[in-house]
Amino acid sequence: MSLTRQEVAHLARLSRLALSDDELDHLAPQLDVILASVARVAEAGTPEEMAKVPPTSHAVAMTNGFRPDEVGPCLPRDEVLAAAPEAEGGRFRVPRILEEEG
Amino acid sequence: MSESVIVGATAADLASRIASGELSAVEVTQAHLDQIAATDGELHSFLHVSAEPALAAAAEIDAARGRGEPLGPLAGVPLALKDVFATRGVPTTCGSKILEGWRPPYNATVVDRLKAAGVVVLGKTNMDEFAMGSSTENSAYGPTRNPWDTSRIPGGSSGGSAAAVAAGQAPLAVGTDTGGSIRQPAAVCGIVGVKPTYGGVSRYGLVAFSSSLDQGGPFARTVLDAALLHEAIAGYDRMDSTSIAGFSAPVVEAASRRDVTGVRIGVVRELGGDGYEPAVEARFRESVAVLEELGAVVTEVSCRSFAFALPAYYLIAPSECSSNLARFDGMRYGLRIGADDDGVEQVMSTTRDAGFGAEVKRRIMIGTYALSSGYYDAYYAQAQKVRTLISRDFEAAFEQVDVLLSPTTPTVAFPLGERVDNPTAMYATDLATVPANLAGVPALSMPCGLAEGLPVGLQIMAPALADERMYRVAGALEAELDTRRGRPLLSPYLNGSVGAR
Amino acid sequence: MTVTALGTDYEAVIGLETHVELGTVSKMFCACPTAFGAEPNTQVCPVCLGLPGALPVVNETAIALTVRIGLALNCEIAPWCRFARKNYFYPDMPKDFQISQYDEPLCVGGYLDVEVNGEKHRVGITRVHMEEDTGKSLHVGGGDGRIHGATHSLLDYNRAGVPLVEIVTEPDIRSAEVAAAYVTELRELLRALGVSEVRMEQGQLRCDANVSLRVRGTEAFGTRTETKNLNSIRSVERAILHEIGRQAGRLDAGERIVQETRHFDEARGITQAGRTKEEATDYRYFPEPDLLPVALEKSYIDEIRDALPELPAARRARLCQHFGFSPLELEQMMGAGVLDLVEDTIAAGGEPDSARAWWLNEIARSASERGVEPGRLPLTGVDVARVIELVSAGTLTNALARQVLAGVLDGEGSPDQVMEARGLAVVEDADALAAACDAAIADAPEIAQKVRDGKAAAVGPLVGAVMKAMKGSADAAKVRAALLERLGAG
Repeated sequence: MSLTRQEVAHLARLSRLALSDDELDHLAPQLDVILASVARVAEAGTPEEMAKVPPTSHAVAMTNGFRPDEVGPCLPRDEVLAAAPEAEGGRFRVPRILEEEG
Repeated sequence: MSESVIVGATAADLASRIASGELSAVEVTQAHLDQIAATDGELHSFLHVSAEPALAAAAEIDAARGRGEPLGPLAGVPLALKDVFATRGVPTTCGSKILEGWRPPYNATVVDRLKAAGVVVLGKTNMDEFAMGSSTENSAYGPTRNPWDTSRIPGGSSGGSAAAVAAGQAPLAVGTDTGGSIRQPAAVCGIVGVKPTYGGVSRYGLVAFSSSLDQGGPFARTVLDAALLHEAIAGYDRMDSTSIAGFSAPVVEAASRRDVTGVRIGVVRELGGDGYEPAVEARFRESVAVLEELGAVVTEVSCRSFAFALPAYYLIAPSECSSNLARFDGMRYGLRIGADDDGVEQVMSTTRDAGFGAEVKRRIMIGTYALSSGYYDAYYAQAQKVRTLISRDFEAAFEQVDVLLSPTTPTVAFPLGERVDNPTAMYATDLATVPANLAGVPALSMPCGLAEGLPVGLQIMAPALADERMYRVAGALEAELDTRRGRPLLSPYLNGSVGAR
Repeated sequence: MTVTALGTDYEAVIGLETHVELGTVSKMFCACPTAFGAEPNTQVCPVCLGLPGALPVVNETAIALTVRIGLALNCEIAPWCRFARKNYFYPDMPKDFQISQYDEPLCVGGYLDVEVNGEKHRVGITRVHMEEDTGKSLHVGGGDGRIHGATHSLLDYNRAGVPLVEIVTEPDIRSAEVAAAYVTELRELLRALGVSEVRMEQGQLRCDANVSLRVRGTEAFGTRTETKNLNSIRSVERAILHEIGRQAGRLDAGERIVQETRHFDEARGITQAGRTKEEATDYRYFPEPDLLPVALEKSYIDEIRDALPELPAARRARLCQHFGFSPLELEQMMGAGVLDLVEDTIAAGGEPDSARAWWLNEIARSASERGVEPGRLPLTGVDVARVIELVSAGTLTNALARQVLAGVLDGEGSPDQVMEARGLAVVEDADALAAACDAAIADAPEIAQKVRDGKAAAVGPLVGAVMKAMKGSADAAKVRAALLERLGAG
């Protein structure tokens, strides 16, 4: 498995990172080395052995952990919008959206 | 009262002297602010010092004491807080340009717990950007230097917190540990650092790097101090589903016990040998021998899957980070680069490219790759299976022994710049620390001597929910090593060899 | 049933994904209120704003309501399931991922039966899962608040984090009509379960329709399109009809169907391709590490099952059996939103057919004049039952009864109080009736002659004249009989 410069550019786009050409030149070979190194997980067992191993998403086995359906305090709007790069009419102002969702 | 007996004193000592009225919280706070002023130009442990709020909080402790109100166990003791915890109205950057100037509208649970314990937060410490790194060189605000040798790294990602404690800028600090980010800097700075059982300390308000691995924990210069801070910040939090209800480990009692008679210690065969410096292994072996002399039963155990812990970690952590860091998009807070007319996608992309450093970008892209359909099974899912194998190895080992020991890091602190552009060499720093994160078990690092004048760390791992076992072993070993050395192990900033203090 | 100009007989294959807002008081993962219509960004906190460091915690009522839906749709409730992150960048999503469920939904494998023109259709339910809603964007600078041409957008995160369930069907539906019937039945079911108010105009129920065509008799599915965000039952039907026609046209012309997301233009009644990315979206789902797996005890599920209310299908069967309503009548009552009220009226002693007729005609008309739903009128089943009783006893004529109801609606009291106060009751004064009949015959001799000549049906205008003279206080049947008697046609 080896990552091409083109694949790295694609990953950058998926990740919303506007990498410059210099950055791409620099990062692409590094990512390739990293990927080769992490690919060693494949050697942890034979495919037959690993097929029997369940994946772990949560290290400490617990379940549920719900909260009751009760209303609590919200943040004051001034504080919410104070952090916004731009706000207008009580809303967050963002650049124009060119594509529809999903 | 001269400052020399304040700076360098333990938290336990300061708390009792403040409680007795021998010292005021304000003078303790001021002494540490002075130490920061005198030393941080060189060390750069802090990103933000909250001098006035700290003094005001200290004055409030003194006033409460004056009124005869009960004080928290660490009332008036100063602390350095890793800049990854949200602090209401106080800048919180995570070492990143993308959050420059952000002042959260809320406090992390850990911050509220510290306040309830009477701890005085001096400021926010430097860190690798979003906790990704092992040297604090990935901070957007410049590196922190190791108090033992300022040409070397203080470890990371909680390097600022570790350096602050080692240099006497604070007796205590809080850091976070995702793959070793408390233990490794503690090891290379010659102090105690603990990653509690996953779920032992609330993650609410801890800016996530890798949610299933991140855990907040204490830094201190003694095992007892670490235990006092551990108890202050631990406990169930209804704001964090993954925090464990009804669990509190009696770590303070264990730290003070100083008896390891009959404790079964396992030395992990796979965490040594190839890649570990001989001097590091030598200090480690000597400490194990000391424990044996103290009555512990030492055996060697094998955890074969630990060999795959590093690649599994460097898939799982980047995968979760690629999702956790998506929200830094320039829309609601932090940096924004670009104009309305560029469109949302372009503004998000230019903002993230300008706001994130190289290591964060590398991990986001690796994580995005590992989660992509077509690669998910080979990378992310396989790593999650390795995680299961690692947990099984721990379970099997803990059927034979009470705690597991290893060197914390393969090497002592390396020179600044040495690995900055060699990611896989940097990652190798975490060889011994990542298994505990993957399995959620607690792990502690404590100093076990010097190699060519630089600290060596010893790691103690225990089963989940049995954090007190590590403190018991560490407390006993610390007391014996201090006795044999004739003094505690202190950095040049505290043993009189640097500066006026 | 789409035979095109070229004579190809296509069969539509339709699956629906329906999003329903759950009726919890707080959001899915935080304690912010879900109430509709608040000032922008006033119902937000660190969690639903996705601020760095904030963590989600699952609302247990949302879990219970989802289980209730799953059981009512005959699903299996998974003994163990997880939340997952659906990753994509979009400004209305504060975390740039949505907490949803992926390959481990809470409810799987059920069905919902619907009836169209007396024919039963079983629609398979693939899954019911939980997720969170997004914020709302306001596009500024373009026409009609559309994305296209906008200079910037404004975001309100009050809806971000409101709990949603997504109910996904198997591709079992073969016509727009059945699709509409499915959504209607689902809405009734959700209302009966009390899990949501299901106000479609507030976006509490919205559908995505997956539509493809295949030549009838073949097995393989054609390429499908997904028409998003249909927010009325009528739109579901119209959009699918249009999409079937459009796809058939393309196929006949030898063109391929492009797998894409489409939008329904209400005004023009057509679907249009969305402005989405060319490359297929890869959501990079993975288990949500911040939330624990959900593992519900069997006893917990059984408790919810035991507490399920009577479901619409069972209720309809009961109403047909007990009260003799036809399926069409039931459909009319459900459509007008008066079925509960009719049942209340019957329970209060009202005769079933009269109860149906009053609610469906007179009262529904009053409701629409007042611009409210019948259920929101200040009128109870007990009131209507009393009016029916008074009519059948001959105390009120239908015309008088209408006035009594108007009085009740105007807040003048109970039917008896209104009758008393307004002096409304059938006049039994035979002399006054005789005089009015004579006057009506005298005023319209030509009509009277027709009746005398044997055209009894022509008596209507005379009845009207008498009723008018009597100011409605006469019984129309008695008036008719009296007139016919006088004209020798009785």
